[in-house]
Amino acid sequence: MKFLDEYRDREAAETLAAAIARTVTRPWTIMEVCGGQTHTIVKYGIDRILPGTLELVHGPGCPVCVTSLEMIDRAHAIASRPDVIFCSFGDMLRVPGTRGDLLELKSRGADVRVVYSPLDAVTLAAAHPDRQVVFFAIGFETTSPPNAMAVWLAKKRKLSNFSVLVSHVLVPPMLTALLEAPDNRVQGFLGPGHVCAVMGTAEYEPIARKYRVPIVVSGFEPLDLLQGVLHTVRQLESGRGEVENPYARAVRAEGNLASRRLVDDVFAICDRKWRGIGSIPASGLGLRPEYADFNAEMRFEIGGIETHESSLCISGQVLKGLKKPHHCPAFGKECTPGTPLGATMVSSEGACAAYHAYGRHLNVVELQPA
Amino acid sequence: MCLGIPGKVVETYREDDILMGEVNFGGVSKRVCLEHVPEARPDDYVLVHVGFALSRIDETEAGRVFAFLDEMNQLDELEEPPP
Repeated sequence: MKFLDEYRDREAAETLAAAIARTVTRPWTIMEVCGGQTHTIVKYGIDRILPGTLELVHGPGCPVCVTSLEMIDRAHAIASRPDVIFCSFGDMLRVPGTRGDLLELKSRGADVRVVYSPLDAVTLAAAHPDRQVVFFAIGFETTSPPNAMAVWLAKKRKLSNFSVLVSHVLVPPMLTALLEAPDNRVQGFLGPGHVCAVMGTAEYEPIARKYRVPIVVSGFEPLDLLQGVLHTVRQLESGRGEVENPYARAVRAEGNLASRRLVDDVFAICDRKWRGIGSIPASGLGLRPEYADFNAEMRFEIGGIETHESSLCISGQVLKGLKKPHHCPAFGKECTPGTPLGATMVSSEGACAAYHAYGRHLNVVELQPA
Repeated sequence: MCLGIPGKVVETYREDDILMGEVNFGGVSKRVCLEHVPEARPDDYVLVHVGFALSRIDETEAGRVFAFLDEMNQLDELEEPPP
C-alpha cells in the first residue's frame, strides 16, 4: 500500500480499505462523478488498493472538459472582436478550439482576461462602459449561483455592456443518460459533494429508485472517497439502490435554498451538448427570456461554426466509464496535456490529464488488465 | 473546478444592496459575495467557490480542507491572474 505512505490519515484509510475488502463478494463497477474526486483517486492510488473485482471508473464531472468544441469556438469568435473584453476562469484559456485557444488569441492582442469571480467581470463592465464585457459562464451546479448572481447584478445595475456566454451543465440528467445507455457498466455512483452542497440531494432520489442504483454523496479527500466506496458496496451487496449522504458535514439535504432560488430565477433548463458525449436532453442551463438581453449568443451573431474532433480520441468512452485513459493508443503519445486531442485531456481534472500527471502513461504495461 | 475553498471572513459590508465581505484564504485576501450565507460574521469560516460563499463551515473542517487542497495544488484560482 505504497500510496498511503503519503497520506496523513493512513491508519484510518487502511481500516476503511479493509472494511471494503471484507464487504465485496462480487465484481462491481462504481463511478466517481466529480473531476476533483478523480484527481484524488489517481494521486493517492485509491483505485489500486481496492479489491481487484471492484473497479472505479471516472465520470464526466469536469466542466472544462465537457464544454463543447462549438462553444469554445464561439468564445474564440466573440473574444476576437475588437470591442470585447472577454473574461473567463483560468482553466478555459488553454482549451484548444478549432482556431486555437484563448491564450493564443490574447497573445495576438485580443483583450482576454482571467477573472477570479464572475462578479469581477460585472465590476469590469461598470468600469468600461465603452467596451462590451463578456463572461464565459461554464460549470456544473456549484458554479451556477455565482454566475446567476453576476447576471442578476448586471441587470440590477442596468449594465447594457455586460453579457454571458452560457454553457452550464447539470449532473442528474447526465447520470440518467449514462444509466440509459445500452452499454452502461456503472452500478453505483459517488455523488459530487460540492454540487450537492448547493442543490441538495432530493433530485438524486428518483434516479436511485428508478435504476436501483446507489448514489452516495462523497467529498474529495481520500477518507471521504473510501467511505463513499464502502457505503456504495454495502448497498450493492445487499441489493439496495438509495441516496446516502455520509458527507453531511458539508452537504445538507436541502442544499442552499437561497442559491437554488436565484439560479431558478436567472436560468432555465435546456438541452446541452457535452464534449465527447453529445447532446443530452434537459442537461444544461440557459438564460431565461427575462435575461435575454444578457445573452452573448444573441448579442454577437456568430455563424458558420464547424468543428471536428480527433478520430483517435476515445474520451467519449472514458467519460462514460467504458474505457480507461491508458486504453487509448494516443494517450501520452499524440495526446498530452500540452497537446490534448479531446475532452478528458484538456483540463487537469479530466481523467486522462490526471493519469498523465501522476505518471500512469509511463507504466502502461503494468496497467493492462491481466 | 467545482470545489469550494474554505476561507475566514475578515469583514462584511453591503454593496449594491448585496452582502459582500473580505475573506482570507491562508494569507490571500479576496472580495467575496456572502449574500447566500447571511449569517456569516467576521471570524466565521465559509466555503467559497469563484468569489461566492456557498455555505458556512466550522474551523476544524476549514483547516483540514484548505490543507488538503493545498496538497493537491487545487488553490490556483486564488492566484492573481497575469496582467
